[in-house]
Amino acid sequence: MSGREARGGAPSATRYVLTWAALMGLLLLTLGSAYIHMGTFNVVANLAISVAKTVLVMTVFMHLVESRPVVRLAAMAGFFWLGLLLLLSLGDYLTR
Amino acid sequence: MAADSGHLAEQFSSAGQQEEAATLGIWVFLATEVLFFGVLFASYTIGRLLNPEAFALGSTHTDVVLGTVNTGALLTSSLTMAMGVRAAAMGRRPATTAWLAATVLLGVAFLVIKGVEYHAEYVEGLIPVVNFDYSGPHPDGVVLFFYLYFVMTGLHALHLFIGVGVVSVLAWMNARGRFSAAYHTPVKIGGLYWHLIDIVWIFLYPLFYLVARA
Repeated sequence: MSGREARGGAPSATRYVLTWAALMGLLLLTLGSAYIHMGTFNVVANLAISVAKTVLVMTVFMHLVESRPVVRLAAMAGFFWLGLLLLLSLGDYLTR
Repeated sequence: MAADSGHLAEQFSSAGQQEEAATLGIWVFLATEVLFFGVLFASYTIGRLLNPEAFALGSTHTDVVLGTVNTGALLTSSLTMAMGVRAAAMGRRPATTAWLAATVLLGVAFLVIKGVEYHAEYVEGLIPVVNFDYSGPHPDGVVLFFYLYFVMTGLHALHLFIGVGVVSVLAWMNARGRFSAAYHTPVKIGGLYWHLIDIVWIFLYPLFYLVARA
């Protein structure tokens, strides 16, 4: 019996704890980088780190890594439409 | 997955199908939540684009220590929630209750700290409409920053409050033996909602606390 079968199909605790450690590391990174003067790149770095944290939470804690494709599609849908909202709004404001 | 016919609703042909429908359903709801908060994030984006110095000034009035502690608390609560779902999948009832209770505690801790921050902001006169008393540069931009701060973190706190309620009920139901390895779909669904609350805060944190720290 594989480890996963022995646990009744549940993921390993180690994977969860490692993901948490990575999230805490990213938190320290985003906090620390905020104190280094990088101009516009500060917000770029912070948002990139937030996206990385979100990807970790969604794939591991929210089980997207082991979900059916239709579930992944639904998960991405909200972000897709939000992206359109931001794209079109900024397309207006950035070109005034 | 194993069938538990006692929980099978009439419109589903198997427990597996019921669980798949529940999972897809919650994700569709979470997509609407992404858009719900998303319009506020879009407003923030445009506000900051048009008032960069004001947003930088406003951000210096937030408490970066408390904000960071709160972020750590929510990230950890996602771990405890995921561990709770895992324990439920393994049929470990006491462990599931313990993990869900830990999640609730961390959520409550977040709300308490948020309350402390709001009180400090009240004392400093930073609440628009209520008592906004700011005499520094760029007052129009700074008041906009705080409008967004209170609306966005307040809406997030409301969602977290609801999440605390949901997970508390799940913990209580689990302690009463309502879930098993074969049927724990509500725990999974509650977990997905909880993680989304965490994701919203993951973006709120740098946008309100880390704008001009360097």
